[in-house]
Amino acid sequence: MNPVLIQLSDVRLQYGNGTVALDNTNLSLAQGDFVSLVGPSGCGKSTILKLVAGLLKPSSGVVMVGAREVSPAGQNRSKGQGMRVGLAFQNPTMLPWLSVIDNIMVPLKIVSPFREHYRTKKHHEYQDKAEDLLAQVGLKGFAQKKPWQLSGGMLQRASLCRALIHEPQILLLDEPFGALDQFTREELWSILQSLWLTNQPTVLLVTHDLRESAYLANRICVMTSRPGRILEDRTVHFPRPRSIEMSYAAPFSELIQELRATISHAKVEELIP
Amino acid sequence: MSSPASITPSSDQMRQMGWSVLATLAFFLIWELACMGLHVSNLVLPRPSEVAQVLVAKFPLLLPHATQTLYTTLVGFVAGVAGGIVIGALVGCSKLAYDVAYPLLVGFSCIPKVAVVPIFVVWFGSGTVPAILTSAVISVFPVVVNVATGLASTEPELEDVFKVLGASKWDLLMNVGLPRTLPYLFASMKIAVTLSFVGTVLSETVAANKGIGNVMMIASGNFDVPLVFAGLFLLAIMGVVLYALFALVEMRLTGWSQRKTEWAMA
Repeated sequence: MNPVLIQLSDVRLQYGNGTVALDNTNLSLAQGDFVSLVGPSGCGKSTILKLVAGLLKPSSGVVMVGAREVSPAGQNRSKGQGMRVGLAFQNPTMLPWLSVIDNIMVPLKIVSPFREHYRTKKHHEYQDKAEDLLAQVGLKGFAQKKPWQLSGGMLQRASLCRALIHEPQILLLDEPFGALDQFTREELWSILQSLWLTNQPTVLLVTHDLRESAYLANRICVMTSRPGRILEDRTVHFPRPRSIEMSYAAPFSELIQELRATISHAKVEELIP
Repeated sequence: MSSPASITPSSDQMRQMGWSVLATLAFFLIWELACMGLHVSNLVLPRPSEVAQVLVAKFPLLLPHATQTLYTTLVGFVAGVAGGIVIGALVGCSKLAYDVAYPLLVGFSCIPKVAVVPIFVVWFGSGTVPAILTSAVISVFPVVVNVATGLASTEPELEDVFKVLGASKWDLLMNVGLPRTLPYLFASMKIAVTLSFVGTVLSETVAANKGIGNVMMIASGNFDVPLVFAGLFLLAIMGVVLYALFALVEMRLTGWSQRKTEWAMA
């Protein structure tokens, strides 16, 4: 078992308007793990992700990333301490005035130790690196296009590249495939799996797609809402690399059925306390 | 998606430009014919051909006034835009500043600018300085509002991506805020440059002994209506030329925000 990299202990998060987004939440991720958070919308999945990213501070409890307590974002990170984190959302949020490759190289401009060498290396080493990544996600030849010339699926591939270019130890994904069609989504699952198998970053994936989490994750944490807490923590034992065909086979469907049942049971309990 | 790169305007654009020229010519033609047909005195509304004659005949006399007006307008405009960018950046950099300062800005921009000219005259005497100041004050607000809006409306998710990377406020401003604001800035500069002329002429008509505004004031006092119109024409020409100049620069720098035009495809 790898050492624990991310740890949430008794975390509670209450927003300014009194809404309790998370209560009594405990979660730990080992280094190199791939954990998926599933649950109905509004159950605090994204809140956990933002806590780990340091974009939110817990009202009480502790969020540890590496050996340090998460500091509010924008502080200390650039000094080279702490973990490198990559982030991708459902919305690809590319900068429309930059070409695809320049968009992908943005993290290298900002994150240490890459930013120190950005001026000297951007035209050779960094560019090659970005083009390699683009080729891996199937965007070879699109480097010089502007984001609006790409389809939604292509943009999401580019967004994945941007989240990975600075070799993050932690990859945070918030429904990155939510807006894509079935075929593109499945293709991107297998791309993400192979990217993860090569570099083994620690991944936290927020999704409402049960098949997606069963296909990708080592562990699935089922969440329930109001207040959000983790209801069940399942380990997924399917061997890797997993294929899309596997995800339509019986053991897979059984797992998904069970997860579904857990969630709908929790929903009924919520309605009839 | 990949259209051949071209700098020359497309046939569509050529056609559009042709119609624009035609419409302008038609406007002057109808004006000319209406004046002739209805026997309108040139003390009321001179025909365009008369105005053009005056413009050519008195051009040497008008030229120093035109340069004066252009000079004060541009100095005022540059000062106004520079001030507008700074104030807009300060207001737009935080949600709080935006909410707090916005009513104040709206209040200031509601003040009729004619009303400030006498104040500037009291402070700085008549002549170039109040003209420059009026031109600056009148052009500052559209820039402030647009820059502030451009900065304040950055997508929160994009900001999150940058924050997670450990980006400082400065990184965010240089990489996201400013490039994002450029289209807003240029849109406002096109408005501001025409407003700048209004400011200058306003001030020149009230307190100056030079400039197109002053010429028009004196000409109207002498009932030399064709000369008044000649001044108007000059102002319109300078305004259109500057507007076009900014539109061109805007297209060069912020073509990415106008994806529908043929140019952006190049």
